Amino acid sequence: MAVMEQTLKDLHGAGEHRKPLEYTHGGSVNILGFWLFLATDLMVFATLFATYLILKTHTDGGPTAAGIFDIPGYVAETFILLTSSFTCGLATYSMRKNAKAAALTWLAITMALGLAFVGLEASEFAKDVADGATMQRSAFLSAFYTLVGTHGAHVSLGILWMASLFFQIARRGFDAVRARKLFVVGLYWHFLDIVWVFIFTVVYTMGVR
Amino acid sequence: MNVRVRRAGVLLSGLLASLLLATGCGRNIVLHPAGPVGRSEAHLIYLSIILVLIVVVPVIVLMMFIVMRYRDKPGNKAAYKPEWSENRALEVIWWAIPIVIIGILGAATAKETYSLTKPPEQNTTPYTVEVTSLNWKWLFQYPDKNIATVNYCVIPTGRPIQFVLTANAPMNSFWVPELGGQEYTMPGMAMRLWLQADKPGTYYGHGANFTGEGFANMQFDVIAKSQSDFEAWENQVKQTAPPLTETGYKNLTNPSVVSKASYSSYPANSFMDTVMENGGKYMSQTMSTMQSLGDDAGMK
Amino acid sequence: MKNFFVTGDPMIYASDVLIVLVLVGIIFTLTYFKKWGWLWREWLTTVDHKKIAIMYLICAILMLFRGGVDAELMRTQLAVPNNHLLSAEHYDQIFTTHGTIMILFMAMPILFAMFNAAVPLQIGARDVAFPYLNAVSFWLFFFGALLFNISFVIGGSPDAGWTSYPPLTELQFDPGPGENYYLLAVQISGFGSIATGINFMATILKMRAPGMTLMKMPLFCWSVLASCIVILFAFPALTGALLLLTLDRVVGTHFFTMLAGGNPMQFINLFWIWGHPEVYIVVLPAFGIYSEVVSTFSSKRVFGYKSMVFSLMAIAVVGYLTWVHHFFTMGAGADVNAFFAISTMCVGIPTGVKVFNWLLTMFRGRIRLNLPMLWTLGFIPNFALAGATGVMLAAAPGDYQYHNSYFLVAHFHQALIGGVVYGMLAGMYYWWPKLFGFVLDERLGKWAFWFFNIGFYVCFMPQYELGFMGMTRRMYTYPANMGWTTLNFISTIGAYLMGIGFLFIGAQIVYSIFRGQRDLTGDPWNGRTLEWSLPSPPPAYNFAQIPHVQERDEWWRIKQAGLADAYRKVNLNELEPIHMPKNSGIPFLMGVSFFVGGFGLVFGWTVVAIIGFAGVFLCLLARSLQEKTDYHIPVSEVQQTEISLGRA
Repeated sequence: MAVMEQTLKDLHGAGEHRKPLEYTHGGSVNILGFWLFLATDLMVFATLFATYLILKTHTDGGPTAAGIFDIPGYVAETFILLTSSFTCGLATYSMRKNAKAAALTWLAITMALGLAFVGLEASEFAKDVADGATMQRSAFLSAFYTLVGTHGAHVSLGILWMASLFFQIARRGFDAVRARKLFVVGLYWHFLDIVWVFIFTVVYTMGVR
Repeated sequence: MNVRVRRAGVLLSGLLASLLLATGCGRNIVLHPAGPVGRSEAHLIYLSIILVLIVVVPVIVLMMFIVMRYRDKPGNKAAYKPEWSENRALEVIWWAIPIVIIGILGAATAKETYSLTKPPEQNTTPYTVEVTSLNWKWLFQYPDKNIATVNYCVIPTGRPIQFVLTANAPMNSFWVPELGGQEYTMPGMAMRLWLQADKPGTYYGHGANFTGEGFANMQFDVIAKSQSDFEAWENQVKQTAPPLTETGYKNLTNPSVVSKASYSSYPANSFMDTVMENGGKYMSQTMSTMQSLGDDAGMK
Repeated sequence: MKNFFVTGDPMIYASDVLIVLVLVGIIFTLTYFKKWGWLWREWLTTVDHKKIAIMYLICAILMLFRGGVDAELMRTQLAVPNNHLLSAEHYDQIFTTHGTIMILFMAMPILFAMFNAAVPLQIGARDVAFPYLNAVSFWLFFFGALLFNISFVIGGSPDAGWTSYPPLTELQFDPGPGENYYLLAVQISGFGSIATGINFMATILKMRAPGMTLMKMPLFCWSVLASCIVILFAFPALTGALLLLTLDRVVGTHFFTMLAGGNPMQFINLFWIWGHPEVYIVVLPAFGIYSEVVSTFSSKRVFGYKSMVFSLMAIAVVGYLTWVHHFFTMGAGADVNAFFAISTMCVGIPTGVKVFNWLLTMFRGRIRLNLPMLWTLGFIPNFALAGATGVMLAAAPGDYQYHNSYFLVAHFHQALIGGVVYGMLAGMYYWWPKLFGFVLDERLGKWAFWFFNIGFYVCFMPQYELGFMGMTRRMYTYPANMGWTTLNFISTIGAYLMGIGFLFIGAQIVYSIFRGQRDLTGDPWNGRTLEWSLPSPPPAYNFAQIPHVQERDEWWRIKQAGLADAYRKVNLNELEPIHMPKNSGIPFLMGVSFFVGGFGLVFGWTVVAIIGFAGVFLCLLARSLQEKTDYHIPVSEVQQTEISLGRA
């Protein structure tokens, strides 16, 4: 229990004042570092969004946004991903209560939802490609697949990351480091959720109008 | 001591050398322009040089003075105040000087930037030349007479020339320094550049943006002729030069270096088609330029 | 496979032979002296910021040599008109590799060498916030640079300029592997740069010694913080731009092609959203170094500290809003051009203030002309001129005439050499004794300085005038009737003088390794900040005990109070075990994996690429599963180290 208290303190930056100069492992510096990483990742997405917005009318006589976007498909993806963000939050919550089994369960559910999301997206892509809407067809399609695909690749990486963490926690339980890792992967997952909300709005909803 | 003298020597010889160079061999064509556009740009350049010298000269002089006076050597009687590090008045001056200079130059720049988007003379009818950069040559089309030239361009003097620029190859930049500044030629875009020549002459032009192996050969001449000579030239090309066929145009687009050529006609709408094929239809600016060209130059 | 090795050029055959000989020499030496284990334990797996600084510095100097040879070749080619020493193709490759190497594989690593050498020591920390990530950054840089450099002999170098504008860089116009090398090498090292930006920002924000508030931080740390903020917001745009162009070339998408609705302009925007701030990324830390050097060698507090901090931040922010000035001539319209012209000029305001403040720091000081100060004094007139020509270029209608001419070439070389290279050399001379424990020889260094500085003016002043005479950049040769011959010839002489200056630096380093004056006090320059309170070189853990900072120039204060000797003594009984990160081989292996993956993509060998990137993933996984990544140095060991350093 002492470990958990220290972890929670670290997460809130309180642990830092105890030994300010030690080269230190846990705590707020890692969380800050990860926030900074998310800022750069957000910038990468910003460049992809900007490129998409510039190229979205450049269809070269090929498929258009309204032509290929499948409303039930992307709405379902949205619900799944939003739900997974909630279950991921529950996993972090269980970690704070030091409830290992509950945390693992929620983590597993999050991964399953993530897989469902990636699977749906992949099948949507496969269907479009089969219809001739490949990313080599036009600048619009290049930008669409790259933006949405980059998000999908991030989600896939997140699933692998969670899987690695799942086995670590299952085998060894929580300590300061693994608790922090779970917190960080949660941040990453919520971040992807927010990016998806933008994709949902800017790409899909504005695309089918 | 030794170092100090050498340092001053370097600075002096540097300044002297640059003065000599400014007047020596070759011709400084940017600062000796042959048309109103280049002239107004040169005026802005002179203004900017004067304004920046207000900072540069005192900085260099002050630095030399300070280094000589405050050297760490025995017997130096100059004041030494190791803790002196704040002076509100001086800092306000430091901030104010550059702000004022930038203010003046910024205002002049904005004014000039806007005026260059318009023809240099409002009362004379402009003349339009359509320019396409290719790998590695320049194609000039004259919609008035439906004639074309390669690697040289003939224009009338005393009349604003509206160059409409595009590329059917990697982007280049159309630059005739003696007449005025440059503008890029870009695939799918049609951009305007206003230039004007005061008097007859041959003016050096060159592509200014790298386009691959043959880039160093992308030189062209702009030949200004009086209105009557110009019309005579137009008629001569119209009557004596061969036509530029579809195949001929296609051959021009292949990467190669060619010499000067003239054509009595070119495939209809080839300029507009080139712009559109390369993505012009997606660019609102290009569309509006093409629209106004259609109106002004009596195309279609 | 036929074109795998570049053939047919005697210069390249000579390089092949040289590369093989050097490799054999290195392998022989390491084996003969039984140094393989030492290399692995002490260097390849290290996470110590001081060693990483040294590795960055060595690579940067080697890259300065490579980029410098490119420069000399170009100047030799341009010395006389109608020269065919180099073919157009060869010249195009050389100016491309020169630009790319100097910005990305010379300026960036020498910058990171300075970050690593000084920041943790100045803020009183034991290492950076993420030492393991720091090693990852280095190895990504290293293998990115290696990937870029092998293009010379394997497959052919990129040849479309360091700016790599499409559609020239699309497969349609540039089918060889050269451009792929550029894209992947820059991308890989770019990841490393982003990680370094994150790392040092977290270090400065979180790892400062107690009592060191932000406004008591040395100006170099402030400049690093400003630079890192810019890295964070600018580099991702480069990542995006390179990713999309790579997709165009490898997958066949149409982002920037002339076909199927692609828009090349978008690349140019993204490139310069990174590219212009990149100038501030490299020059801001140089400003920080000048501030440290001017203050130290004038034995005086820096003048206008708050102004200096404010102007650093102002440059960082405003510098982000100026990128369009790289393409005023691309038809953005008068509104956009006027806005970006004025925003660009505004950068001149805080920069001007900094120059005045440096002058006033020297004013009423006691100036010592050691090498760091000499380069700083060389910088001031240089940068005054670079700033002046920068303001001239910012006036958009003037830029219509300067754009892509030799005026521009002269300007950015004056800013980047006079601003950044002078600064980094000043920093190198300044912190060299701290890193290596000996001072670089002053006499040879002065020769180097004067050759380089005079050579600089002889080389680049004529180029301003060549621009006014209508000479455009990137022409591999020029006709004799343009009147450009004399100035080009003079410029080439200048380039050779600079080359001689560089050789003197090389000679100086070699000479000083054997004969350099040892730094026994740890404070050879009568310094002002915390790093000079440590022995040279400092022990692995830097500070045996944590300093408590009271003032901005803390070490100066201690010395003025007559407490220096007492401060240097460690009370052996008060020591505690020191928590440190463990060495790790994973960063090196991750670099190798990126190299393999990148190499596979360059040639479109899917299997090799998959193996490489699977390796990257395995490295990430292995790190994630590692349990103990840290350890404690026992008190007895710290005691022994401190005694051997004469500090007990």
